[in-house]
Amino acid sequence: MIDVENYLMYVVMPLICLALFFIMMRFFKGPQIVDRVVALDLLITIGVGFIALFSLITDNRVFLDVSMILALIAFLSTVAFSYYISKIKKK
Amino acid sequence: MTDILIMFLCTLGALFILIASFGIYKMPDFYARLSVTIKAATLGIGCILIAASLHFSDFSVTTKAFAIILFLMLTSPVAGFLIGKVAYMTGTRLWKFSIMDELKDDRKKNKGTATQTSVKEPEKTSEKE
Repeated sequence: MIDVENYLMYVVMPLICLALFFIMMRFFKGPQIVDRVVALDLLITIGVGFIALFSLITDNRVFLDVSMILALIAFLSTVAFSYYISKIKKK
Repeated sequence: MTDILIMFLCTLGALFILIASFGIYKMPDFYARLSVTIKAATLGIGCILIAASLHFSDFSVTTKAFAIILFLMLTSPVAGFLIGKVAYMTGTRLWKFSIMDELKDDRKKNKGTATQTSVKEPEKTSEKE
């Protein structure tokens, strides 16, 4: 019988790391700036899930506070980037 | 039993996140990328957070996890709407096989009347797919 920590560490974490790799490739490749902004938003959103999974592995519930703050900051960064792009393109 | 449920939910969430990353890498268009990312990432992270609340089985952790899910479900559509509108107004080109463009009249009217906020020509995307 496999236990939960090893399963999460060696099966679920590599899946999420593969996902982060593909998103980083889009982030470096993205033809326009809005593609990069969407890739950054998805990176931060997956970082929330990554921290939650890490708190599940290490059995430490304090990390969920960090992921709650990060879930709010991601939204603000996207809003600020869209405002900035709309101001740039108007000139 | 709880362990099996936790492992199942975490695997489901990781698979949803992986599908979202494939989508953002392989989709041909900015708008298709935007749609696939917002939905799948929210669902995957919801599954992982429900697994965390099952693992700790504590009142404070459960309320925290549901607060995170609520924040993500409230804020990610707003962010997607804002970045999509900004991308359309700054002239991101649609995919060549897409069949509807309901904001086209709005864009033409905006270009005709307003001189200061003129919409630029669509940028040339370097991607050929």
